[in-house]
Amino acid sequence: MTATDTHATHRAHEAHEAITAVWRIESAKLIAGLARIVRDVGVAEDLAQEALLAALEQWPESGVPQRPGAWLMATAKHRAIDLLRRNQRLVSKHQELGHEQAERERAVPDLDAALDDDVGDDLLRLIFTACHPVLSTEARVALTLRLLGGLTTEEIARAYLIPEPTIAQRIVRAKRTLTQAQVPFEVPRGADRVARLSSVLEVIYLIFNEGYAATAGDDWMRPALCEDALRLGRILAELAPREPEVHGLVALMEIQASRSRARVGPSGEPILLLEQNRALWDRLLIRRGLAALERAARLGGIAESPGPYGLQAAIAACHGRALTPEATDWEEIARLYGELAQILPSPVVELNRAVAVGMACGPQAGLTLVDALQEEPSLQGYHLLPSVRGDLLVKLGRFEEARSELERAAALTKNARERKLLLDRARACADAAGIGVIGPAARS
Amino acid sequence: MRFMVLVKADKNSEAGAMPDEKILTDMGKFNEELVKAGVMLAGEGLQPSSKGARVKFSGGRTTVTDGPFAETKELVAGFWLWQVKSKEEAIEWLKRAPFDGGTEVEIRQVFETEDFGPELTPEAREREERLREEIAAQQKK
Repeated sequence: MTATDTHATHRAHEAHEAITAVWRIESAKLIAGLARIVRDVGVAEDLAQEALLAALEQWPESGVPQRPGAWLMATAKHRAIDLLRRNQRLVSKHQELGHEQAERERAVPDLDAALDDDVGDDLLRLIFTACHPVLSTEARVALTLRLLGGLTTEEIARAYLIPEPTIAQRIVRAKRTLTQAQVPFEVPRGADRVARLSSVLEVIYLIFNEGYAATAGDDWMRPALCEDALRLGRILAELAPREPEVHGLVALMEIQASRSRARVGPSGEPILLLEQNRALWDRLLIRRGLAALERAARLGGIAESPGPYGLQAAIAACHGRALTPEATDWEEIARLYGELAQILPSPVVELNRAVAVGMACGPQAGLTLVDALQEEPSLQGYHLLPSVRGDLLVKLGRFEEARSELERAAALTKNARERKLLLDRARACADAAGIGVIGPAARS
Repeated sequence: MRFMVLVKADKNSEAGAMPDEKILTDMGKFNEELVKAGVMLAGEGLQPSSKGARVKFSGGRTTVTDGPFAETKELVAGFWLWQVKSKEEAIEWLKRAPFDGGTEVEIRQVFETEDFGPELTPEAREREERLREEIAAQQKK
Protein backbone atom coordinates (compact mmCIF):
# COMPACT_ATOMS: atom_id res chain seq x y z
CA MET A 1 0.00 0.00 0.00
CA THR A 2 1.39 3.40 -0.98
CA ALA A 3 1.35 6.43 1.25
CA THR A 4 -1.38 7.97 -0.90
CA ASP A 5 -3.50 4.85 -0.48
CA THR A 6 -3.08 4.94 3.28
CA HIS A 7 -4.02 8.56 3.27
CA ALA A 8 -7.09 7.88 1.13
CA THR A 9 -8.17 4.98 3.37
CA HIS A 10 -7.71 7.16 6.39
CA ARG A 11 -9.78 9.91 4.84
CA ALA A 12 -12.50 7.47 3.84
CA HIS A 13 -12.57 6.17 7.39
CA GLU A 14 -12.80 9.67 8.80
CA ALA A 15 -15.60 10.55 6.41
CA HIS A 16 -17.43 7.38 7.41
CA GLU A 17 -17.18 8.25 11.10
CA ALA A 18 -18.39 11.76 10.40
CA ILE A 19 -21.33 10.44 8.37
CA THR A 20 -22.32 8.12 11.22
CA ALA A 21 -22.27 11.10 13.58
CA VAL A 22 -24.25 13.31 11.21
CA TRP A 23 -26.76 10.49 10.79
CA ARG A 24 -27.24 10.22 14.51
CA ILE A 25 -27.90 13.95 14.76
CA GLU A 26 -30.05 14.35 11.65
CA SER A 27 -31.83 11.08 10.91
CA ALA A 28 -34.90 11.57 13.11
CA LYS A 29 -35.53 15.09 11.80
CA LEU A 30 -34.92 13.86 8.27
CA ILE A 31 -37.33 10.93 8.53
CA ALA A 32 -39.93 13.04 10.34
CA GLY A 33 -39.81 15.79 7.69
CA LEU A 34 -40.05 13.26 4.89
CA ALA A 35 -42.87 11.36 6.56
CA ARG A 36 -44.94 14.51 6.53
CA ILE A 37 -44.48 14.78 2.75
CA VAL A 38 -44.99 11.16 1.78
CA ARG A 39 -47.37 10.33 4.65
CA ASP A 40 -45.72 6.97 5.22
CA VAL A 41 -43.04 6.39 7.82
CA GLY A 42 -41.66 3.34 6.03
CA VAL A 43 -41.28 5.17 2.73
CA ALA A 44 -39.80 8.16 4.56
CA GLU A 45 -37.19 5.97 6.19
CA ASP A 46 -36.31 4.35 2.87
CA LEU A 47 -35.84 7.79 1.33
CA ALA A 48 -33.66 8.88 4.22
CA GLN A 49 -31.60 5.71 3.89
CA GLU A 50 -31.12 6.43 0.19
CA ALA A 51 -29.82 9.87 1.06
CA LEU A 52 -27.47 8.28 3.57
CA LEU A 53 -26.15 5.92 0.89
CA ALA A 54 -25.58 8.87 -1.42
CA ALA A 55 -23.61 10.57 1.36
CA LEU A 56 -21.54 7.44 1.94
CA GLU A 57 -20.74 7.42 -1.76
CA GLN A 58 -19.99 11.08 -2.22
CA TRP A 59 -18.66 12.52 1.04
CA PRO A 60 -15.44 10.49 1.22
CA GLU A 61 -14.54 12.15 -2.12
CA SER A 62 -16.04 15.59 -1.74
CA GLY A 63 -15.66 15.96 2.01
CA VAL A 64 -18.48 16.51 4.49
CA PRO A 65 -20.58 19.49 3.34
CA GLN A 66 -20.80 22.62 5.47
CA ARG A 67 -24.42 21.92 6.33
CA PRO A 68 -24.66 18.14 6.20
CA GLY A 69 -28.25 18.05 7.46
CA ALA A 70 -29.43 20.35 4.70
CA TRP A 71 -27.53 18.26 2.14
CA LEU A 72 -29.21 15.05 3.29
CA MET A 73 -32.61 16.71 3.33
CA ALA A 74 -32.17 18.18 -0.16
CA THR A 75 -31.08 14.81 -1.53
CA ALA A 76 -33.94 12.95 0.10
CA LYS A 77 -36.41 15.64 -0.92
CA HIS A 78 -35.52 15.24 -4.59
CA ARG A 79 -36.24 11.57 -4.34
CA ALA A 80 -39.47 12.27 -2.49
CA ILE A 81 -40.62 14.62 -5.25
CA ASP A 82 -39.77 12.02 -7.90
CA LEU A 83 -41.75 9.48 -5.95
CA LEU A 84 -44.75 11.76 -5.53
CA ARG A 85 -44.72 12.64 -9.24
CA ARG A 86 -44.59 8.97 -10.16
CA ASN A 87 -47.54 8.28 -7.87
CA GLN A 88 -49.35 11.27 -9.27
CA ARG A 89 -48.96 10.05 -12.84
CA LEU A 90 -50.21 6.69 -11.69
CA VAL A 91 -53.22 8.33 -10.13
CA SER A 92 -54.08 10.45 -13.17
CA LYS A 93 -53.67 7.42 -15.42
CA HIS A 94 -56.30 5.61 -13.45
CA GLN A 95 -58.47 8.70 -13.24
CA GLU A 96 -59.44 8.03 -9.70
CA LEU A 97 -59.58 9.98 -6.47
CA GLY A 98 -59.77 13.26 -8.32
CA HIS A 99 -59.52 15.50 -5.30
CA GLU A 100 -56.66 13.57 -3.79
CA GLN A 101 -54.77 14.15 -7.02
CA ALA A 102 -55.42 17.87 -6.80
CA GLU A 103 -54.20 17.79 -3.25
CA ARG A 104 -51.00 16.07 -4.26
CA GLU A 105 -50.42 18.53 -7.07
CA ARG A 106 -50.65 21.25 -4.52
CA ALA A 107 -48.40 19.28 -2.24
CA VAL A 108 -45.42 19.26 -4.58
CA PRO A 109 -44.83 23.03 -4.91
CA ASP A 110 -45.50 23.41 -1.18
CA LEU A 111 -42.72 21.05 -0.21
CA ASP A 112 -40.30 23.73 0.85
CA ALA A 113 -42.83 25.38 3.08
CA ALA A 114 -43.75 21.99 4.51
CA LEU A 115 -40.14 21.24 5.33
CA ASP A 116 -39.38 24.57 6.90
CA ASP A 117 -42.38 24.28 9.14
CA ASP A 118 -41.87 23.29 12.73
CA VAL A 119 -39.63 20.25 12.83
CA GLY A 120 -40.70 19.61 16.41
CA ASP A 121 -44.24 18.74 15.40
CA ASP A 122 -42.95 16.27 12.85
CA LEU A 123 -40.71 14.62 15.43
CA LEU A 124 -43.61 14.33 17.83
CA ARG A 125 -45.72 12.75 15.09
CA LEU A 126 -42.87 10.35 14.40
CA ILE A 127 -42.63 9.27 18.04
CA PHE A 128 -46.36 8.70 18.29
CA THR A 129 -46.33 6.70 15.05
CA ALA A 130 -43.35 4.55 16.06
CA CYS A 131 -45.10 3.76 19.36
CA HIS A 132 -48.51 3.12 17.79
CA PRO A 133 -50.55 0.43 19.57
CA VAL A 134 -51.11 -1.39 16.27
CA LEU A 135 -47.50 -2.59 16.71
CA SER A 136 -46.27 -5.17 19.17
CA THR A 137 -44.25 -3.82 22.08
CA GLU A 138 -40.98 -5.19 20.75
CA ALA A 139 -41.70 -3.70 17.33
CA ARG A 140 -42.35 -0.31 18.95
CA VAL A 141 -39.06 -0.53 20.81
CA ALA A 142 -37.06 -1.47 17.72
CA LEU A 143 -38.74 1.16 15.57
CA THR A 144 -38.29 3.91 18.15
CA LEU A 145 -34.59 3.17 18.56
CA ARG A 146 -34.18 3.06 14.82
CA LEU A 147 -36.28 6.08 13.77
CA LEU A 148 -35.86 8.39 16.76
CA GLY A 149 -32.65 7.16 18.34
CA GLY A 150 -30.75 7.00 15.05
CA LEU A 151 -29.45 3.53 15.91
CA THR A 152 -28.54 1.10 13.16
CA THR A 153 -30.14 -2.33 13.04
CA GLU A 154 -26.80 -3.76 14.07
CA GLU A 155 -26.61 -1.50 17.13
CA ILE A 156 -30.12 -2.46 18.21
CA ALA A 157 -29.33 -6.13 17.72
CA ARG A 158 -26.18 -5.81 19.79
CA ALA A 159 -27.97 -3.94 22.55
CA TYR A 160 -30.68 -6.58 22.78
CA LEU A 161 -28.41 -9.59 22.18
CA ILE A 162 -30.70 -10.61 19.33
CA PRO A 163 -29.45 -11.67 15.86
CA GLU A 164 -29.36 -8.77 13.43
CA PRO A 165 -31.67 -10.39 10.83
CA THR A 166 -34.34 -10.78 13.52
CA ILE A 167 -34.28 -7.06 14.29
CA ALA A 168 -34.19 -6.18 10.60
CA GLN A 169 -37.25 -8.38 10.05
CA ARG A 170 -39.00 -6.81 13.01
CA ILE A 171 -38.45 -3.32 11.62
CA VAL A 172 -39.53 -4.23 8.09
CA ARG A 173 -42.70 -5.83 9.42
CA ALA A 174 -43.43 -2.90 11.70
CA LYS A 175 -43.15 -0.46 8.81
CA ARG A 176 -45.40 -2.65 6.70
CA THR A 177 -47.97 -2.89 9.49
CA LEU A 178 -48.08 0.91 9.82
CA THR A 179 -48.68 1.25 6.07
CA GLN A 180 -51.32 -1.48 5.94
CA ALA A 181 -53.17 -0.14 8.96
CA GLN A 182 -52.99 3.31 7.34
CA VAL A 183 -51.82 4.82 10.59
CA PRO A 184 -52.06 8.57 10.07
CA PHE A 185 -48.88 10.59 10.59
CA GLU A 186 -50.24 12.82 13.32
CA VAL A 187 -50.17 13.72 16.99
CA PRO A 188 -53.30 12.21 18.54
CA ARG A 189 -55.76 14.59 20.16
CA GLY A 190 -58.35 14.32 22.88
CA ALA A 191 -58.90 11.18 24.91
CA ASP A 192 -56.78 9.12 22.54
CA ARG A 193 -53.78 11.28 23.33
CA VAL A 194 -53.47 10.12 26.93
CA ALA A 195 -53.42 6.44 26.00
CA ARG A 196 -51.06 7.03 23.10
CA LEU A 197 -48.71 9.12 25.22
CA SER A 198 -48.56 6.41 27.81
CA SER A 199 -47.51 3.98 25.08
CA VAL A 200 -44.68 6.34 24.11
CA LEU A 201 -43.56 6.66 27.73
CA GLU A 202 -43.75 2.91 28.20
CA VAL A 203 -41.53 2.27 25.18
CA ILE A 204 -38.89 4.73 26.39
CA TYR A 205 -38.94 3.31 29.90
CA LEU A 206 -38.70 -0.25 28.57
CA ILE A 207 -35.57 0.72 26.67
CA PHE A 208 -34.16 2.33 29.79
CA ASN A 209 -34.92 -0.68 31.92
CA GLU A 210 -33.41 -3.11 29.48
CA GLY A 211 -30.23 -1.10 29.88
CA TYR A 212 -30.58 -0.58 33.62
CA ALA A 213 -31.48 -4.09 34.69
CA ALA A 214 -30.70 -6.34 31.78
CA THR A 215 -33.24 -9.16 31.74
CA ALA A 216 -30.88 -11.50 29.96
CA GLY A 217 -27.18 -12.01 29.42
CA ASP A 218 -24.17 -11.93 31.67
CA ASP A 219 -23.96 -8.21 32.30
CA TRP A 220 -26.05 -6.50 34.89
CA MET A 221 -26.29 -3.26 32.95
CA ARG A 222 -26.00 -2.06 29.38
CA PRO A 223 -25.34 1.66 29.85
CA ALA A 224 -25.65 2.54 26.16
CA LEU A 225 -29.34 1.64 26.21
CA CYS A 226 -29.88 3.79 29.31
CA GLU A 227 -28.23 6.68 27.53
CA ASP A 228 -30.38 6.15 24.43
CA ALA A 229 -33.55 6.08 26.52
CA LEU A 230 -32.52 9.17 28.46
CA ARG A 231 -31.82 11.00 25.26
CA LEU A 232 -35.22 10.03 23.88
CA GLY A 233 -36.87 11.16 27.11
CA ARG A 234 -35.05 14.49 27.12
CA ILE A 235 -36.05 15.05 23.49
CA LEU A 236 -39.66 14.21 24.28
CA ALA A 237 -39.64 16.60 27.24
CA GLU A 238 -38.83 19.45 24.86
CA LEU A 239 -41.35 18.30 22.25
CA ALA A 240 -44.20 17.93 24.73
CA PRO A 241 -43.21 20.33 27.53
CA ARG A 242 -46.72 20.60 28.97
CA GLU A 243 -47.09 16.91 29.80
CA PRO A 244 -46.26 16.34 33.47
CA GLU A 245 -45.78 12.62 33.03
CA VAL A 246 -43.10 13.16 30.39
CA HIS A 247 -41.09 15.14 32.94
CA GLY A 248 -41.94 12.51 35.53
CA LEU A 249 -40.42 9.83 33.33
CA VAL A 250 -37.34 11.93 32.61
CA ALA A 251 -36.92 12.60 36.33
CA LEU A 252 -37.23 8.90 37.09
CA MET A 253 -34.64 7.94 34.49
CA GLU A 254 -32.19 10.72 35.44
CA ILE A 255 -32.28 9.74 39.11
CA GLN A 256 -32.01 6.03 38.43
CA ALA A 257 -29.16 6.63 35.98
CA SER A 258 -27.38 8.70 38.63
CA ARG A 259 -26.69 5.44 40.48
CA SER A 260 -25.17 3.58 37.51
CA ARG A 261 -21.62 3.90 38.79
CA ALA A 262 -22.53 2.74 42.26
CA ARG A 263 -24.69 -0.24 41.48
CA VAL A 264 -22.04 -2.45 39.92
CA GLY A 265 -19.11 -3.82 41.92
CA PRO A 266 -15.53 -4.25 40.69
CA SER A 267 -16.19 -7.70 39.24
CA GLY A 268 -19.50 -6.71 37.71
CA GLU A 269 -21.75 -7.89 40.53
CA PRO A 270 -24.84 -5.86 41.37
CA ILE A 271 -24.80 -3.73 44.52
CA LEU A 272 -28.15 -3.08 46.16
CA LEU A 273 -29.41 0.46 46.63
CA LEU A 274 -28.82 0.64 50.38
CA GLU A 275 -25.31 -0.72 50.11
CA GLN A 276 -24.20 1.57 47.34
CA ASN A 277 -21.46 4.06 47.91
CA ARG A 278 -23.44 7.26 47.58
CA ALA A 279 -20.32 9.27 46.89
CA LEU A 280 -20.41 7.56 43.50
CA TRP A 281 -23.88 8.77 42.70
CA ASP A 282 -23.87 11.27 39.91
CA ARG A 283 -24.97 14.53 41.55
CA LEU A 284 -25.44 16.21 38.18
CA LEU A 285 -28.01 13.63 37.12
CA ILE A 286 -29.73 13.79 40.52
CA ARG A 287 -29.98 17.56 40.17
CA ARG A 288 -31.36 17.19 36.66
CA GLY A 289 -33.83 14.61 37.92
CA LEU A 290 -35.01 16.83 40.77
CA ALA A 291 -35.39 19.72 38.33
CA ALA A 292 -37.49 17.56 35.99
CA LEU A 293 -39.61 16.49 38.96
CA GLU A 294 -40.18 20.12 39.86
CA ARG A 295 -41.18 20.81 36.27
CA ALA A 296 -43.73 18.02 36.50
CA ALA A 297 -45.01 19.34 39.82
CA ARG A 298 -45.39 22.87 38.43
CA LEU A 299 -47.58 21.46 35.69
CA GLY A 300 -49.83 20.00 38.36
CA GLY A 301 -48.56 16.51 37.83
CA ILE A 302 -47.74 15.74 41.43
CA ALA A 303 -50.07 18.00 43.38
CA GLU A 304 -53.33 17.36 41.55
CA SER A 305 -53.30 14.18 39.57
CA PRO A 306 -50.07 12.36 40.22
CA GLY A 307 -49.13 10.03 37.38
CA PRO A 308 -47.29 6.75 37.80
CA TYR A 309 -43.97 8.08 36.47
CA GLY A 310 -44.15 11.23 38.58
CA LEU A 311 -44.78 9.12 41.67
CA GLN A 312 -41.99 6.69 40.91
CA ALA A 313 -39.70 9.65 40.30
CA ALA A 314 -40.75 11.12 43.64
CA ILE A 315 -39.81 7.83 45.28
CA ALA A 316 -36.46 7.76 43.49
CA ALA A 317 -35.94 11.37 44.59
CA CYS A 318 -36.37 10.36 48.25
CA HIS A 319 -33.36 8.11 47.82
CA GLY A 320 -31.51 10.67 45.73
CA ARG A 321 -31.84 13.32 48.43
CA ALA A 322 -30.68 11.02 51.24
CA LEU A 323 -26.94 11.39 51.74
CA THR A 324 -26.84 8.18 53.75
CA PRO A 325 -29.15 5.15 53.74
CA GLU A 326 -30.13 6.00 57.31
CA ALA A 327 -31.33 9.41 56.17
CA THR A 328 -33.90 7.87 53.82
CA ASP A 329 -37.44 9.06 54.41
CA TRP A 330 -39.05 5.61 54.37
CA GLU A 331 -42.38 6.88 55.65
CA GLU A 332 -42.66 9.20 52.67
CA ILE A 333 -41.64 6.38 50.35
CA ALA A 334 -44.25 4.05 51.86
CA ARG A 335 -46.85 6.81 51.45
CA LEU A 336 -45.87 7.37 47.80
CA TYR A 337 -46.08 3.64 47.09
CA GLY A 338 -49.53 3.68 48.68
CA GLU A 339 -50.55 6.44 46.26
CA LEU A 340 -49.00 4.58 43.38
CA ALA A 341 -50.95 1.45 44.33
CA GLN A 342 -54.14 3.53 44.14
CA ILE A 343 -53.66 4.65 40.55
CA LEU A 344 -51.69 1.67 39.34
CA PRO A 345 -52.76 -1.28 41.46
CA SER A 346 -50.20 -3.98 40.87
CA PRO A 347 -48.66 -6.74 42.95
CA VAL A 348 -45.19 -5.44 42.07
CA VAL A 349 -46.02 -2.00 43.47
CA GLU A 350 -47.47 -3.71 46.55
CA LEU A 351 -44.25 -5.68 46.94
CA ASN A 352 -42.25 -2.46 46.82
CA ARG A 353 -44.59 -0.88 49.33
CA ALA A 354 -43.93 -3.86 51.58
CA VAL A 355 -40.20 -3.15 51.41
CA ALA A 356 -40.77 0.52 52.32
CA VAL A 357 -43.16 -0.36 55.13
CA GLY A 358 -40.61 -2.89 56.36
CA MET A 359 -38.06 -0.09 56.58
CA ALA A 360 -40.44 2.46 58.09
CA CYS A 361 -42.29 0.25 60.58
CA GLY A 362 -40.06 -2.78 61.01
CA PRO A 363 -39.56 -6.10 59.19
CA GLN A 364 -42.61 -7.79 60.67
CA ALA A 365 -44.95 -5.16 59.16
CA GLY A 366 -43.23 -5.64 55.80
CA LEU A 367 -43.44 -9.40 56.03
CA THR A 368 -47.17 -9.27 56.70
CA LEU A 369 -47.67 -7.38 53.44
CA VAL A 370 -45.39 -9.74 51.52
CA ASP A 371 -47.15 -12.80 52.87
CA ALA A 372 -50.42 -11.41 51.57
CA LEU A 373 -48.87 -11.54 48.10
CA GLN A 374 -47.72 -15.18 48.26
CA GLU A 375 -50.70 -16.52 46.31
CA GLU A 376 -50.66 -13.73 43.73
CA PRO A 377 -50.64 -15.53 40.36
CA SER A 378 -48.76 -12.81 38.49
CA LEU A 379 -45.88 -12.97 40.97
CA GLN A 380 -45.31 -16.70 40.59
CA GLY A 381 -41.94 -16.96 38.93
CA TYR A 382 -41.01 -13.37 39.88
CA HIS A 383 -37.64 -13.63 41.61
CA LEU A 384 -38.05 -10.45 43.65
CA LEU A 385 -40.90 -11.93 45.70
CA PRO A 386 -38.76 -14.60 47.41
CA SER A 387 -35.82 -12.19 47.36
CA VAL A 388 -37.69 -9.53 49.34
CA ARG A 389 -39.21 -12.11 51.65
CA GLY A 390 -35.74 -13.54 52.22
CA ASP A 391 -34.45 -10.09 53.17
CA LEU A 392 -37.18 -9.52 55.72
CA LEU A 393 -36.67 -12.97 57.20
CA VAL A 394 -32.95 -12.27 57.58
CA LYS A 395 -33.79 -9.17 59.59
CA LEU A 396 -36.13 -11.16 61.75
CA GLY A 397 -33.33 -13.65 62.35
CA ARG A 398 -35.23 -16.50 60.66
CA PHE A 399 -32.17 -17.58 58.68
CA GLU A 400 -33.24 -21.07 57.69
CA GLU A 401 -36.44 -19.77 56.05
CA ALA A 402 -34.49 -16.85 54.56
CA ARG A 403 -31.98 -19.23 53.00
CA SER A 404 -34.63 -21.24 51.18
CA GLU A 405 -36.32 -18.04 49.93
CA LEU A 406 -33.06 -16.64 48.60
CA GLU A 407 -32.25 -19.92 46.88
CA ARG A 408 -35.69 -19.90 45.31
CA ALA A 409 -35.07 -16.34 44.08
CA ALA A 410 -31.70 -17.41 42.64
CA ALA A 411 -33.36 -20.22 40.70
CA LEU A 412 -35.89 -17.78 39.25
CA THR A 413 -33.69 -14.91 38.05
CA LYS A 414 -32.43 -14.97 34.49
CA ASN A 415 -29.50 -12.66 35.20
CA ALA A 416 -26.26 -14.48 35.94
CA ARG A 417 -24.82 -11.72 38.15
CA GLU A 418 -27.94 -11.44 40.23
CA ARG A 419 -28.11 -15.21 40.67
CA LYS A 420 -24.61 -15.24 42.12
CA LEU A 421 -25.47 -12.44 44.53
CA LEU A 422 -28.57 -14.26 45.74
CA LEU A 423 -26.69 -17.54 46.21
CA ASP A 424 -23.96 -15.73 48.17
CA ARG A 425 -26.57 -14.35 50.49
CA ALA A 426 -28.27 -17.73 50.83
CA ARG A 427 -24.92 -19.18 51.86
CA ALA A 428 -24.43 -16.41 54.44
CA CYS A 429 -27.84 -17.34 55.85
CA ALA A 430 -26.86 -20.99 56.04
CA ASP A 431 -23.75 -20.00 57.99
CA ALA A 432 -25.76 -17.73 60.26
CA ALA A 433 -28.35 -20.43 60.82
CA GLY A 434 -25.53 -22.80 61.72
CA ILE A 435 -24.03 -20.55 64.37
CA GLY A 436 -27.24 -18.81 65.29
CA VAL A 437 -26.04 -15.22 64.85
CA ILE A 438 -25.55 -12.95 61.91
CA GLY A 439 -22.86 -10.35 61.61
CA PRO A 440 -22.99 -6.86 60.14
CA ALA A 441 -22.98 -8.45 56.67
CA ALA A 442 -26.74 -8.95 56.93
CA ARG A 443 -28.57 -7.12 54.24
CA SER A 444 -30.91 -4.36 55.03
CA MET B 1 -20.20 8.99 26.65
CA ARG B 2 -19.69 12.51 27.88
CA PHE B 3 -17.55 15.25 26.51
CA MET B 4 -16.56 18.51 28.06
CA VAL B 5 -16.41 21.25 25.50
CA LEU B 6 -14.04 24.02 26.57
CA VAL B 7 -14.38 27.41 24.98
CA LYS B 8 -11.13 29.36 25.18
CA ALA B 9 -10.89 32.93 26.29
CA ASP B 10 -10.02 35.85 24.04
CA LYS B 11 -9.32 39.55 24.51
CA ASN B 12 -13.00 40.39 24.70
CA SER B 13 -14.00 37.70 27.16
CA GLU B 14 -11.03 38.60 29.34
CA ALA B 15 -12.03 42.26 29.20
CA GLY B 16 -15.39 41.23 30.59
CA ALA B 17 -17.19 42.49 27.48
CA MET B 18 -20.60 40.90 26.97
CA PRO B 19 -21.08 39.41 23.50
CA ASP B 20 -23.28 41.47 21.19
CA GLU B 21 -26.95 40.76 20.79
CA LYS B 22 -26.59 38.75 17.61
CA ILE B 23 -24.07 36.37 19.16
CA LEU B 24 -26.23 36.00 22.24
CA THR B 25 -29.26 35.18 20.10
CA ASP B 26 -27.32 32.71 17.97
CA MET B 27 -25.83 31.08 21.03
CA GLY B 28 -29.27 30.86 22.61
CA LYS B 29 -30.55 29.11 19.51
CA PHE B 30 -27.63 26.72 19.49
CA ASN B 31 -28.14 25.87 23.15
CA GLU B 32 -31.81 25.29 22.49
CA GLU B 33 -30.91 22.90 19.69
CA LEU B 34 -28.59 21.00 22.04
CA VAL B 35 -31.27 20.75 24.69
CA LYS B 36 -33.89 19.65 22.17
CA ALA B 37 -31.58 16.93 20.95
CA GLY B 38 -31.09 15.68 24.50
CA VAL B 39 -27.36 16.31 24.22
CA MET B 40 -26.68 19.11 26.71
CA LEU B 41 -26.23 18.08 30.32
CA ALA B 42 -24.80 21.34 31.56
CA GLY B 43 -23.13 24.50 30.34
CA GLU B 44 -21.88 27.76 31.79
CA GLY B 45 -20.05 30.86 30.75
CA LEU B 46 -17.16 31.99 32.95
CA GLN B 47 -16.32 35.49 34.12
CA PRO B 48 -12.91 36.94 33.19
CA SER B 49 -9.87 35.57 34.98
CA SER B 50 -9.47 38.94 36.72
CA LYS B 51 -12.25 37.74 39.01
CA GLY B 52 -10.57 34.40 39.62
CA ALA B 53 -7.50 33.06 41.34
CA ARG B 54 -4.98 30.26 41.09
CA VAL B 55 -3.80 28.01 43.85
CA LYS B 56 -0.45 26.29 43.44
CA PHE B 57 0.45 23.19 45.43
CA SER B 58 4.08 22.46 46.14
CA GLY B 59 5.91 20.66 48.91
CA GLY B 60 2.81 20.58 51.08
CA ARG B 61 2.37 24.35 50.75
CA THR B 62 -0.15 26.34 48.80
CA THR B 63 0.42 29.66 47.05
CA VAL B 64 -2.48 31.78 45.90
CA THR B 65 -2.22 34.11 42.90
CA ASP B 66 -5.08 36.43 42.04
CA GLY B 67 -6.16 36.93 38.42
CA PRO B 68 -6.02 38.22 35.76
CA PHE B 69 -3.74 35.78 33.98
CA ALA B 70 -1.71 36.64 30.95
CA GLU B 71 -1.87 33.63 28.63
CA THR B 72 -5.37 34.41 27.34
CA LYS B 73 -5.50 31.53 24.86
CA GLU B 74 -4.91 28.97 27.59
CA LEU B 75 -7.77 30.24 29.68
CA VAL B 76 -11.26 28.78 29.66
CA ALA B 77 -14.15 31.17 29.08
CA GLY B 78 -16.99 28.69 29.19
CA PHE B 79 -17.89 25.04 29.00
CA TRP B 80 -20.56 22.56 28.05
CA LEU B 81 -21.04 19.02 29.20
CA TRP B 82 -22.52 16.92 26.39
CA GLN B 83 -23.82 13.38 26.27
CA VAL B 84 -23.17 11.88 22.85
CA LYS B 85 -22.45 8.55 21.16
CA SER B 86 -18.97 9.32 19.86
CA LYS B 87 -16.27 11.95 19.61
CA GLU B 88 -17.33 12.48 16.01
CA GLU B 89 -20.83 13.34 17.17
CA ALA B 90 -19.41 15.91 19.57
CA ILE B 91 -17.36 17.36 16.72
CA GLU B 92 -20.40 17.51 14.45
CA TRP B 93 -22.35 19.35 17.12
CA LEU B 94 -19.52 21.75 17.78
CA LYS B 95 -19.24 22.57 14.08
CA ARG B 96 -22.74 24.01 14.35
CA ALA B 97 -21.82 26.41 17.14
CA PRO B 98 -21.98 30.10 16.20
CA PHE B 99 -18.31 30.94 16.82
CA ASP B 100 -16.03 32.97 14.62
CA GLY B 101 -13.01 35.24 14.70
CA GLY B 102 -10.45 32.60 15.52
CA THR B 103 -12.18 31.25 18.63
CA GLU B 104 -10.71 27.91 19.62
CA VAL B 105 -12.82 25.27 21.29
CA GLU B 106 -11.50 22.06 22.77
CA ILE B 107 -13.36 18.77 23.12
CA ARG B 108 -12.32 16.44 25.92
CA GLN B 109 -13.81 13.11 26.85
CA VAL B 110 -14.94 12.64 30.43
CA PHE B 111 -13.74 9.52 32.27
CA GLU B 112 -16.41 6.89 32.79
CA THR B 113 -16.22 4.19 35.46
CA GLU B 114 -15.25 1.60 32.85
CA ASP B 115 -12.18 3.66 32.01
CA PHE B 116 -10.58 2.92 35.35
CA GLY B 117 -8.75 -0.38 35.25
CA PRO B 118 -9.32 -3.01 37.93
CA GLU B 119 -5.86 -2.32 39.37
CA LEU B 120 -7.11 1.07 40.53
CA THR B 121 -9.98 -0.41 42.41
CA PRO B 122 -8.60 -1.00 45.92
CA GLU B 123 -7.27 2.55 46.17
CA ALA B 124 -10.41 4.03 44.71
CA ARG B 125 -12.47 1.95 47.08
CA GLU B 126 -10.53 3.20 50.05
CA ARG B 127 -11.01 6.78 48.94
CA GLU B 128 -14.69 6.18 48.43
CA GLU B 129 -14.94 4.70 51.89
CA ARG B 130 -13.39 7.85 53.32
CA LEU B 131 -15.79 10.00 51.33
CA ARG B 132 -18.64 7.96 52.63
CA GLU B 133 -17.55 8.44 56.21
CA GLU B 134 -17.23 12.17 55.54
CA ILE B 135 -20.77 12.30 54.30
CA ALA B 136 -21.98 10.33 57.29
CA ALA B 137 -20.11 12.68 59.63
CA GLN B 138 -21.65 15.73 57.96
CA GLN B 139 -25.03 14.15 58.25
CA LYS B 140 -24.67 13.79 62.03
CA LYS B 141 -23.80 17.45 62.52
